[in-house]
Amino acid sequence: MNYVIIGNSAAAVGCIEGLRKNDTKASITVISDEVHHVYSRPLISYYLAGTVTHENMVYRKADFYEKMNVKTMLGSKATAIDAKKKAVTLENGETVGYDKLLIATGSSAFVPPIDGLDKQNNVFTFLKYDSALDIEKLIDKDAKVVIVGAGLIGLKAAEGLAPVSGSVHVVEMADRVLPMILDEQGAAPVQAKMQENGVTFHLGITAQKVVDKDRVEKVVLKDGTEIACDVLVMAVGVRPNVAEAMAAGVKANRGILVDENMRTNVDDIYAAGDVTEAVDVTTGEHKIMALWPNAYLQGRAAAYDMCSAEHDFDGVFPMNAVGFFGLPIITAGVQDGEDMQVLSTGENGESKRFIVKDDILVGMILVGDVDRAGIYTYLMSEKIPLSTLTKKLTDDDFGLMAFEEEQRNERLSS
Amino acid sequence: MKKVYADEKWCLGCGLCNVYCRTCHSETNDIVKAHNFEEPRPKSRLHVETGEKVNFALQCRHCDDPKCVTACITGAMQKDPDTGLVTNDTDRCVGCWTCVLACPFGAIVRDEDAGKVAAKCDLCVKSGEPECVKHCPNNALKFEDRE
Ligand SMILES: Cc1cc2nc3c(=O)[nH]c(=O)nc-3n(C[C@H](O)[C@H](O)[C@H](O)COP(=O)(O)OP(=O)(O)OC[C@H]3O[C@@H](n4cnc5c(N)ncnc54)[C@H](O)[C@@H]3O)c2cc1C
Ligand code: SF4
Ligand code: SF4
Repeated sequence: MNYVIIGNSAAAVGCIEGLRKNDTKASITVISDEVHHVYSRPLISYYLAGTVTHENMVYRKADFYEKMNVKTMLGSKATAIDAKKKAVTLENGETVGYDKLLIATGSSAFVPPIDGLDKQNNVFTFLKYDSALDIEKLIDKDAKVVIVGAGLIGLKAAEGLAPVSGSVHVVEMADRVLPMILDEQGAAPVQAKMQENGVTFHLGITAQKVVDKDRVEKVVLKDGTEIACDVLVMAVGVRPNVAEAMAAGVKANRGILVDENMRTNVDDIYAAGDVTEAVDVTTGEHKIMALWPNAYLQGRAAAYDMCSAEHDFDGVFPMNAVGFFGLPIITAGVQDGEDMQVLSTGENGESKRFIVKDDILVGMILVGDVDRAGIYTYLMSEKIPLSTLTKKLTDDDFGLMAFEEEQRNERLSS
Repeated sequence: MKKVYADEKWCLGCGLCNVYCRTCHSETNDIVKAHNFEEPRPKSRLHVETGEKVNFALQCRHCDDPKCVTACITGAMQKDPDTGLVTNDTDRCVGCWTCVLACPFGAIVRDEDAGKVAAKCDLCVKSGEPECVKHCPNNALKFEDRE
């Protein structure tokens, strides 16, 4: 058997490890346009802040490919997939045949059409290690950083750059930070924490133009505010890398559509990770769930299906742990919707918000106090009726004691 | 593998397991220094839950397919394929708490003092036998292979 994986990140590693659990002999080839040994993408901001070294960026040890007996083709972009001939064509013209293919190409940063942005040499996106390495060259104690977008990636860039640069300004169209994952109550303490650490926000406003020669020297906001700029980071959104797959007949909306075993509509072509729209098991809807653990689990699920091996894969749903300057945040599931009840507790700085539908926990936002959050995640994934619990979700001492005796003892004896 | 099992009928909820867990995970290995002097303050990796009728002390279950490991964004959390032990490489852990979000038992302890790392039961590899089991005054914790 000959397995080929395009992409070399979380989903690819999940697939490699899943394949090797079931098949120690098959040939596995990994193709990636990035040159690096598999690294942890979420750590690029930690690298800039100086809290993670180059050596510790790796997601698996240096001997990973060797141990897993994987052939790597790093620094090569896949430009075409031929689903009939079952082959992938690389940029240099070489072709690589496959029996089963995993598309784990992730996403690319979307850069909006602002006047002249493409011509500038101090404009970056923030998805890749190489971007972090390029940004690093322009950063010193006086560097003025402007970040457009206060989503997860924009704020991570701000957190990474604030300690090592002169100033960091974040411009965001929405009226709050992390608008996609937090409500006002959750967003306020995050913004406050970041401001305390030297980040300046311009919310509810857009960057209209950048004033330039061959580099951006200042960013002008819609209300005329001018912000001086040495480094501009564009973090307004990402687009799944679906082009090669779609050209091969793979169906996609924004992301590639996959079933619960990560199969696409084309035989022997699978997809996993940020490039996919998969079923959110809490809602039953297809959606992009661009998070590291999901990518790993989906890659592994694809591997088991490729090998026709038994696998109890519960599926995935959005869940994210993220923190800024020591303030931890956990979000999972849906944040609002019809017929949903909200239970909340806590003050602004530390708050818990639970979203309940028909006696089932379907979402949560925890800010500040995230201890034992996995028990709530378990309630969500197992769809345990909350009325069977002996404690309220908002109770301070919520724990396994809340479960019925039989269930509790089963858990304790696992 | 051998794991620590809690028997809620016998647990007094006294928390002595916490005392010895903390001591075992200290630098000084001294019960007084570990609790009153050592900086950063070592952390116990047990959760003693007390109820009206029963109590229990819970720690990592060293799951067969550990959700903390598949979730870990850095690769710091790993399960040893030979011993089954799930441990965190604290040099590589960045304290993102993705494992806290993923562990269905709520077993992971956030250690903010010791450089913001995920702390968890390691079955006391250092001393050979889990200290919580050794010191439980009512035999409510057992170290057994039940597989
Ligand atoms: C700054 C930042 C912080 C983050 N923080 C978190 C976090 O705290 N928690 C969390 O859960 N998630 C976080 N994420 C998201 C997480 O990194 C992604 O969910 C994860 O990387 C997805 O993995 P993947 O395998 O699907 O694809 P990716 O990691 O996107 O990798 C895809 C790879 O495929 C390559 N590729 C694409 N097209 C081709 C082609 N045609 N030929 C060859 N190679 C190709 C790409 O270059 C890339 O190397 C963060 C992301 C960023 C950018
Ligand atoms: S920390 Fe939690 S998920 Fe990880 S092995 Fe222990 S009990 Fe299982
Ligand atoms: S807190 Fe540490 S061990 Fe847990 S997921 Fe993050 S990096 Fe991994």
